[in-house]
Amino acid sequence: MDTILKAKDIRKSYKLGKSRLDVLKGVDLEIQRGELTAIIGTSGCGKSTLLHILGALDLPDAGTVQYDNQTLNTLRWSKLNHFRNKSVGFVFQFYHLLDELSVLENVMTPAMASVGVLGWVGLKPTVKNRAHDLLERFGLKDRVAHKPYELSGGERQRVAIARALINEPPLLLADEPTGNLDSRTGNGILEALKELNAEGQTIVMVTHDDRIASQAGRTIRLADGKVERSA
Amino acid sequence: MIKWILAWRYFMKRPITLLAVVAVTLCVFIVVVVMTVMNGLLGDFEEKNHAFAGDCVIASDSLVGFGYYEEFLETLDGLPEVAAASPVAKGVGVAVVPLLNKERNVGIEIYGIDPVRHSKATNFAQTLHYTNPEDIADAFSPSYAPGLPGCIPGVDVLGGRATSDGGRYHPETPLTLEFAITSFPLNTKGGFKRAGAGMVITKSFFYCDDSRSGIVRSVDSVVVYLPLEQAQILCGMDSPLKRISSIHIKFAKGVSHKAAIAKISDLWGKHVAAYSGKPAANLLDNVRVQSWRVNRRRIIAPMEKEQIMMTMSFLLLGVITVFIIFVVLYMIISHKSKDIGILKSIGLSVHEILSVFLIFSVFIGLVGALIGSVGGCIFLIKINEIEDFLYAKIGFQMWDPQFFAIHEIPNQIEPTFIITVIAAAITACLIGGLIPSLQAARRKPTEILQVNQL
Repeated sequence: MDTILKAKDIRKSYKLGKSRLDVLKGVDLEIQRGELTAIIGTSGCGKSTLLHILGALDLPDAGTVQYDNQTLNTLRWSKLNHFRNKSVGFVFQFYHLLDELSVLENVMTPAMASVGVLGWVGLKPTVKNRAHDLLERFGLKDRVAHKPYELSGGERQRVAIARALINEPPLLLADEPTGNLDSRTGNGILEALKELNAEGQTIVMVTHDDRIASQAGRTIRLADGKVERSA
Repeated sequence: MIKWILAWRYFMKRPITLLAVVAVTLCVFIVVVVMTVMNGLLGDFEEKNHAFAGDCVIASDSLVGFGYYEEFLETLDGLPEVAAASPVAKGVGVAVVPLLNKERNVGIEIYGIDPVRHSKATNFAQTLHYTNPEDIADAFSPSYAPGLPGCIPGVDVLGGRATSDGGRYHPETPLTLEFAITSFPLNTKGGFKRAGAGMVITKSFFYCDDSRSGIVRSVDSVVVYLPLEQAQILCGMDSPLKRISSIHIKFAKGVSHKAAIAKISDLWGKHVAAYSGKPAANLLDNVRVQSWRVNRRRIIAPMEKEQIMMTMSFLLLGVITVFIIFVVLYMIISHKSKDIGILKSIGLSVHEILSVFLIFSVFIGLVGALIGSVGGCIFLIKINEIEDFLYAKIGFQMWDPQFFAIHEIPNQIEPTFIITVIAAAITACLIGGLIPSLQAARRKPTEILQVNQL
């Protein structure tokens, strides 16, 4: 397996009034293509911050993140936007769907974001078919016209996963994807992620739950702003 | 693509948007209606002043007037640019008006004119009630007593019962009325021409017709037209040097007014130089050649000022619209911070997120402005019917026809003005939406998404 993502000496701190809070104090890690990796640690240890930096939603104070041999923190904003749109898909704990759009439109959002009005005319049939396929795969075939607030938590999270996959990104980043769900629904989501991984999808998942982390191919434990153990 | 869809959905799904649209609609409606009517009133008032004064006026502010005008009239008559020129002798006086068995003393302005010349240079003939324009030469001949000296007072000098369009009720034929007009003849130095009992002259004139120029305060309620020679006698302008107060000129069709005025100014300068050193030639120094607009400035300026004040009020209204849009956008954006985080996470740039909210602002402005302008146009088309209805039911009139001298409320819709108002409303919405949109676009996605997770 080759390395898809490589983080080296990642440091990040936040200002809290007059003091500084060092969240990440030099994180080194590598993610291999096709892996299902769980980043685990206690609350506030910097798991989500690290995930955001890996997905270029945030920039580190120091250190580098390399994705397929390009250093993310030296890229221009336009390249970073393109990276977030094409190379990475995000799944958040609270789903973060757009309430004004239907389920189908939510899934198509990243594809719509990448083109203008004219481009969308040509692209729409292909994207729509793929969105329907994804929704069918996640058992949401009958929910395409519904609004997010008409769905259950588990359904919303499956819509969020379908949205993350619409542009076929090589990397899926999931921040506590089961954190807001009951254990049965959470297991369903976990199974879906494992299925995707089995098909070759690289997934990095942040969780504080050892039971969920144990189902990942590899676990990276964060403690005191550093990688404590990688297994 | 997503920015258009989202902007449209925000526009359609947020109830608060309706408030913003209503605010824009009301602002545009008021601006379209009031400015159209005000522009119409001002345009109408300017047109009436233009028609009253002619295209160009050679005038002295002094009550003494100026002499040596007959030679210059001949010069003007020979110019291809000049269609007509009319000398006017002006003075002040008192008229005793006998009406309805009562005598009223009215302060008046005497306007001595040659009715034929004056009708060619101005719209004088069209302002008369009884006299046919073809019979204008007999305008000062009372129909009930031909041969007696006649006068034509402004319609409001007589008073009488007002009609709903600001005019006055007229009997079928002119009433037999004798005006006793008293004036103070002045000599060329501005002193009284005669001493003692002869200091004032009183002459009788018989009512022939009345004139309604539509300029209520400064013309129709004070001016009494008399034959030029009679006015010159009353004002002391008859001897030893015949004098007048102004020459009103109408230019030929297609002539550039600016160039024609410049040419006449030049000729007037030469005329003044030619008469330099002659008796009372100093009076020529006070005479100016002016366009009708400059000549009537004092009369038009208050109405223009009123319009400027109105425009300023509407600018303020525009600022309020900007503020409303600012508040609405600010509220929506604070409710939509999660969406901004999501959009950034799927790769939308700062510029594209800015676009989402600016497009949303444009939708508010466009829809509000279209509804407001269409509503305004419909209201303007029906405004006279509405006012007639209100007048019949509750006696309410927004614009007093007696003051504005209008038959109807002006409601001519100018497409360019409507387009300008729509563009201004959209611009106001864009300005109002700019700051909250910029704030939204600059927010860090991690801050928003983390906060939303708490």
